[in-house]
Amino acid sequence: MEVTEVLSERELDRGFSHQVQDLPGAGGLEKCIQCGTCSGSCQMSARMDYTPRRLIEMARVGMKREVLSSRAIWYCASCYSCTVRCPRGINITEVMSGLKSLAIKNEMCSRRDDGPAFYTSFYDVIKRYGRLHEGSVIAGFAWKTNPWRLWGMAPLGWKMFLSGNLEVLPEKIKKPAEISLLLEKLGGGVMKR
Amino acid sequence: MRYTYFPGCSNHSSSRDYEESTREVCAALGIELVELQDWNCCGSTAVMAVDPMAAMALSARNLALAAAGGSREMVVTCNSCFSTLRRAGQFYQSEPLTRDAVDRALGEVGLTLQKPVPVRHLLDVLLNDVGLDGIGARVSNPLVGLKVVPYYGCLVGRPKNDFDDRENPCSLERLLGTTGAVLLPFEHKARCCGGALMTTKTEVALELCRDILQEAVERGAEVMAVTCPMCHLNLDAYQGQINQRFGTKFNLPILYFTQILGLSFGLREKELGLTRAMYRRFDYARV
Amino acid sequence: MPGSDATSCGILRVVAGAEQTEIGTGVQGMSDVRTGVYVCHCGSNIAEKVDCARVREFASELKNVVVARDYQYMCSEPGQELIRQDVEKNGINRVVVASCSPRMHEPTFRKTLETAGLNGYLLEMANIREHCSWVTTDREAATEKAAALVAGAVARVAFHEPLEERFADLKQRLLVVGGGIAGIEAALKVAAGGYQVTLVEKEPSIGGNMARLDKTFPTLDCSACILTPKMVAVAQSENVTLYTYAEVEKVEGYVGNFQVTIRQKARSVDTSKCTGCGVCYGKCPTRVPSEFDAGLGTRKAIYVPFPQAVPNKPVIDREHCLQFTKGKCGVCARFCPTGAIDYEQGDQLITEEFGAIIIATGYETWDPAAAPQWGYGRYDNVLTAMQLERLVNAAGPTKGKIQLQDGSTPEAVAILHCIGSRDENYHRYCSRFCCMSSLKLAHLAREKTGAEVYNFYIDLRAFGKGYEEFYNRVQEEGVHFIRGKGAEVIRKDGRLAVRAEDTLLGRYREVPVDMVVLNTAAVPRRDSEKVGQVFGIQPSPDGFFLEAHVKLEPLKTATDGIYIAGCCQGPKDIPDSVAQGAGAASEVLSLFAAGKVKISPVVATVDSQLCSGCRVCLPLCPYSAISYDEVNRTAYVNEATCKGCGTCVASCPSGALSVRHFTDEEIIAQIKEVLAV
Repeated sequence: MEVTEVLSERELDRGFSHQVQDLPGAGGLEKCIQCGTCSGSCQMSARMDYTPRRLIEMARVGMKREVLSSRAIWYCASCYSCTVRCPRGINITEVMSGLKSLAIKNEMCSRRDDGPAFYTSFYDVIKRYGRLHEGSVIAGFAWKTNPWRLWGMAPLGWKMFLSGNLEVLPEKIKKPAEISLLLEKLGGGVMKR
Repeated sequence: MRYTYFPGCSNHSSSRDYEESTREVCAALGIELVELQDWNCCGSTAVMAVDPMAAMALSARNLALAAAGGSREMVVTCNSCFSTLRRAGQFYQSEPLTRDAVDRALGEVGLTLQKPVPVRHLLDVLLNDVGLDGIGARVSNPLVGLKVVPYYGCLVGRPKNDFDDRENPCSLERLLGTTGAVLLPFEHKARCCGGALMTTKTEVALELCRDILQEAVERGAEVMAVTCPMCHLNLDAYQGQINQRFGTKFNLPILYFTQILGLSFGLREKELGLTRAMYRRFDYARV
Repeated sequence: MPGSDATSCGILRVVAGAEQTEIGTGVQGMSDVRTGVYVCHCGSNIAEKVDCARVREFASELKNVVVARDYQYMCSEPGQELIRQDVEKNGINRVVVASCSPRMHEPTFRKTLETAGLNGYLLEMANIREHCSWVTTDREAATEKAAALVAGAVARVAFHEPLEERFADLKQRLLVVGGGIAGIEAALKVAAGGYQVTLVEKEPSIGGNMARLDKTFPTLDCSACILTPKMVAVAQSENVTLYTYAEVEKVEGYVGNFQVTIRQKARSVDTSKCTGCGVCYGKCPTRVPSEFDAGLGTRKAIYVPFPQAVPNKPVIDREHCLQFTKGKCGVCARFCPTGAIDYEQGDQLITEEFGAIIIATGYETWDPAAAPQWGYGRYDNVLTAMQLERLVNAAGPTKGKIQLQDGSTPEAVAILHCIGSRDENYHRYCSRFCCMSSLKLAHLAREKTGAEVYNFYIDLRAFGKGYEEFYNRVQEEGVHFIRGKGAEVIRKDGRLAVRAEDTLLGRYREVPVDMVVLNTAAVPRRDSEKVGQVFGIQPSPDGFFLEAHVKLEPLKTATDGIYIAGCCQGPKDIPDSVAQGAGAASEVLSLFAAGKVKISPVVATVDSQLCSGCRVCLPLCPYSAISYDEVNRTAYVNEATCKGCGTCVASCPSGALSVRHFTDEEIIAQIKEVLAV
């Protein structure tokens, strides 16, 4: 985690900051004064390999590989605590979302983290049905990470089923193809496994 | 009063209790909810993590459908839908490049979105459109002395709404105060329950929920009021796992604020979905 | 010879043929107009974007132009010499300088003309810097626009007439508004010069915020010890008239001659009888939270705000006094040995005349209750920095003891910097003195309690004399510095805790403490908008009063004769406030020493042949400079009060009004030429 060598200026990706800032809501990185209000407001930062403030500086500098392969981005719960307090008005939550998507797109995600598998499984289900189907997301997630985890989840699933809180078959919109068309037209996401 | 209603995926599956209590309470207050035709998932915070523009597309389709159906305002009950749909509307209006891309994509499926309809949380609608007097007039079964902690979670107040303080929200206190219940001070009221991290970072999310339940119990709460299906799932369905993991003995009913309102209106437990509770069922007669 | 120097450098060329140009076809009645045009490079400021040689060549072709030159710095002595020589050798009698804004150098070139024997008003400036080179990256467009502006100026200058400046009398009396350290300093300096000064203070005593502080950075001398001698000097000075518990209500007139109405609020105490013995507030039964102690202690309903108050005469707070709220009590009147209590006293309006006004109304601190994340108003032992000042102060509510709500001594104290400052959610600006006051409070807390003290900061701004050294000293005393803004304050395990990132470590920290001190933003006083309206001065975007020029005229305002000093212009520490108070005094002393005020000849005039006496213009004049001449039945302009704004000209239905130097024919000629290019 700690960088001990001299930072190699040649390996910095100067365009990276712009790639991030071109995503919706993720602009204004240059305004950051590195005060750490984001990290101090974050309930997850104690568990992150890099704090949100540090990620912003790393992104600005162009440490693309380190940022995108960090585990920190997958710890963000999108609670927006950082965003509402940032004294420079940076939408840090959107920046974190943007970093997650760039990590997936660039296939640079940390191999040790389950986050990418969950989010892509979610995405796949929405793309297929237009609506969420919890069972399918969990199945996809387990398939991508560790199928055995279904065992651990089974009791909760059974309970949900009994209380009428789990649909066996997915609910679909009328024209699911409309959704996949929209996602392909607008989305820049390249879904690779 | 008539509103377009966006139920969101959860209200059709894991939070039917929210759906049922919402419909009952709104009917009792003379609010007509017209479900948005052929709505799709808002994408939540998961799709934006995979593809931010795809997330825009999902919300934009809903907003376009609402506009096409002549909707004036769209009501949601889920915090995440609320935040996600509003976010899309905001970026659509404030970022010209995003707007152009969305317009082009919508065009491909024969939809247009000029002016996104305002998206409002049911909490806001009940508080500000119906008003405290209107709600109070409907209370026939006051929940006198019932100790309630109000839990908002993240996305009803953050990043921004038009009806409450984002650091220290108080609309639940005001609304549920009409039922005769006692609303306890609650410092964790707007802290995160972990949301979707419950699946990928279970240990962490359990800890966050433990802290929330801990304060509630220390304050002497008999019930926790929530406004979001995700919070409900994490705090109710996972309560057993929390107890297992941390050796705690939580046994706290987690209720949607609509369920609490419904009880005070004299509606029956079954109508309000109270029987669907996963960990601890709330039995008002026995409190 | 400066001129030949320039020629030999190749910078300057007299345009061939131009000197021989005979002007015979000029404007009617102006056959003798001979204009010189001077295009300034302003180093690279203009020349980088405007092709000055092309503008010069273009100008040389214009009507009436006898000579056109371009030069590196027209405002330099050799630059001005070019104009003088052309007056002498080429007989020019109109001058156009194309350079910067007339706000910068119009006075310079007017003087140049005068030393060359021409009237200073035969000058016209074309602003080709702020209006051309600085606002575009397009060299072609900048050059074209510069040429157009020069053409307009050349057309207009032909109509200029010689005008004479005149002088009006001036009242050598100063009004100072606000009795904090800046106002006190200003009043004492001008009084020492032998002039009469009236000091008006809204509170019952002078002293301002400085009187509330315990020690002052970086030297740690006692605030009261260095302030009270000055307060006493105000009371003792024969040249200072002091009105406390008073406010300025109305200001009329102009530099040298302001008519000011002051409202002396009813003190309910006859100050001529009161001896300041203190029996009244000793006996008064009503306790009220003390504003002076930032709400921590209490005062009585009849009170002096602090022991060293000047004047040492109490006031009755009628909102809380039982005699006024309930109609019964009368304890103070019963015990007063001199019979000074006067429940019947009313407000008094005092009208006086002044030659100049200094506004020094100071600042207040932001109320952090608006931001719940920092716990103020929610948790015990979360204080503002001003509250800690009062706790530390020996005359404060705990007699100088730093203690928690339960009376115990804190073992750990956190001081949070930048609360409400440098934050787009609240105030964007840096409040400037909080870093240093935080260091001072850290020192005092550590010295008095031995507590562990944590400073949570973004950047430490120790810019003043002795400040960095003081920072080093406080470091060496063992105060902890965490580089990260305090993000929130929570209650945990019966104590408080500050959550922040230690950005130097890149680690999230949750530091348990017993006391949290929020060093809140310095903000404009809540009535500053109203004060601004009374005196006709503008706020800057941050809400503090706007100076005439942030660097070069920091003490002047847009209104002649009204100056600002101290924190009402923006947050500043004591040394800077004192310097500004003294600086504003020196502005006033220069004005008073001159003994009279220059009146611009650029004022409105009435053509009595055309004026119908309709009086439409009268109420429109923002300076009340127009009256109605009953004898001639026409409007009459008081040239001393008129600012030449032109409002009346635009309103006059018969075209009888015009402003000198801005006549219709001048402006129309200018516009026509600008548009023709």
